[in-house]
Amino acid sequence: MPMMMLRGNESTAYAAKLARVKVIPAYPITPSTLFPEKVSELIANGEMEAEFLPVESEHSALSAAIGAAATGVRAMTATASQGLALMHEVLFIASGMRMPIVMAIGNRALSAPVNIWADQQDTIAERDSGWIQFYAETNQEALDLTLIAFKVAENENVLLPAMMGMDAFVLTHTMEPVNVPDQKDVDEYLGEKKINYPVLDPEKPATFGAFVFPEHYMDIRYSQYIAMEHAKSVIDDAFKEFEKKFGRRYSKVSGFMTDDAEVILVTMGSITGTARETVRKLRERGEKVGLVKITVYRPFPKEELVSITRNAKVVAVVDRNVSPGFGGAIFTELVASYNKEKRKPRILDFIMGLGGRDVKIENYEQVYDIAKKAKRGKFKEINWIDVDEEAVKEVEGSI
Amino acid sequence: MFEVRFHGRGGQGAVTAANILATAAFLEGNDVQSFPFFGVERRGAPVEAYTRIDTKKIDIKMYIYNPDAVVVLDTSLMGKIDVMKGLKKGGYLILNTQKKPEEFPFKDYKVAVVDATDVAVNLGLGSRASPIVNTAILGAYAKAVGNVKIESILEAIKRNAPSRPEDNAKAALESYNRTILGW
Repeated sequence: MPMMMLRGNESTAYAAKLARVKVIPAYPITPSTLFPEKVSELIANGEMEAEFLPVESEHSALSAAIGAAATGVRAMTATASQGLALMHEVLFIASGMRMPIVMAIGNRALSAPVNIWADQQDTIAERDSGWIQFYAETNQEALDLTLIAFKVAENENVLLPAMMGMDAFVLTHTMEPVNVPDQKDVDEYLGEKKINYPVLDPEKPATFGAFVFPEHYMDIRYSQYIAMEHAKSVIDDAFKEFEKKFGRRYSKVSGFMTDDAEVILVTMGSITGTARETVRKLRERGEKVGLVKITVYRPFPKEELVSITRNAKVVAVVDRNVSPGFGGAIFTELVASYNKEKRKPRILDFIMGLGGRDVKIENYEQVYDIAKKAKRGKFKEINWIDVDEEAVKEVEGSI
Repeated sequence: MFEVRFHGRGGQGAVTAANILATAAFLEGNDVQSFPFFGVERRGAPVEAYTRIDTKKIDIKMYIYNPDAVVVLDTSLMGKIDVMKGLKKGGYLILNTQKKPEEFPFKDYKVAVVDATDVAVNLGLGSRASPIVNTAILGAYAKAVGNVKIESILEAIKRNAPSRPEDNAKAALESYNRTILGW
């Protein structure tokens, strides 16, 4: 297994090659452009056998991926931010038609104002589109999770598309050593793509995504819901099999120093590493703090999250997204996950790192201080970290 | 953990220099990261790039605020932007210049100089107006800082140089031999 120095977009391009993806329609957008560049280079060099389709928009890219997947071949694309937003209606068509497409996302802020930097609002806004969602912490994870995404998406009990998010620049443009698996091992892990769903075939004509009346639509939606529930155990199995084959361990949520932790931070994506470093520093000072990383956001790992956080006094959720009118997405769903529980920890939300604002150790120390004080007495539910409170107050007034 | 910041202008290869340094350190068994300043690049405009090197696994993914070394590919940037910003006291400052280390007013730092432009131009890497000095300056880095061997830099250049790997490796080696240390 050779180690290569790769940027995140190259990690996912190598994953496409190793998965023997046959059709890659793509439209360039910062910070994902290096993916189509690298894939077309691999194809031009004869290192990869696939059809690269330079299309006229992201809407077309995903539409073409659906067409390709509908013939039964592996299809993949990549995009970010406005590109993903332009795909919005096609996302629902891909999941509704149960096409196991995989898409790499360079997680980036949405306009306006225009901003090309790291932010998870783009994929979070597509939470309800019926796609499985993975998030990478490192470029190694970006490669591995893309392979795992194919394994899960194509499972006959799932057959749903999957997106793999990696933060803009912090992963897409950062070079790290990546263990690139051997083709033989990936072939054994993924296998030849089985056509376990109806495909376009002139011998057996069929209509896809057709018009349905109220007597059918809801049942089709229900079956999608069931498929996403099935994905929960299929993902666990895919992670286990991956570990057996490649030795790298994944789980939907993973804990770090959580056993005796009174305060637990919850993070997702590239901001996790800096949080882990902060936890180590705080532990040296004797603080009882731990960290939970979310790797799978859809299906939401509610049982796992409740089980790993239930003994903490305070859970500090970090959201690199926000739903104006409520709060961050992970916070919202973690609170809802405790619905059946008799007692729960105090759960606080910390909105951080929007539009590429750097998430630093000192920011996490501030989060910890606020969370620790919230063990008793009054506390503020939604906390914006590292914002210019005074400037915003002057314009918008206080709440 | 050892952190390095590169300053150059778009087109001089500062980002590639950061990548080559990371590759060289990785070849010696370190964990590494390299990344450009996250933004929009234009030819001629000031560019920053960064490398992190550690014997342990690198977890953090934030910007570099207090580098241990600063490498300046184009000293004409020095009056315009603060290349010393955040540099740790006693840290390394590696400059592409014809001047001597003592001509710079940086008493609290270790200043190393090399005429990387001359080295690059003599090998036909870019032109005098627009020399490509990224590989030459890495020779000076190896000599001055010493946490990465020149042999590893040469190997990393051969793996990473977008073109003419042999001439680029020669540039690094020649700079290594011509570097003047101010301490």
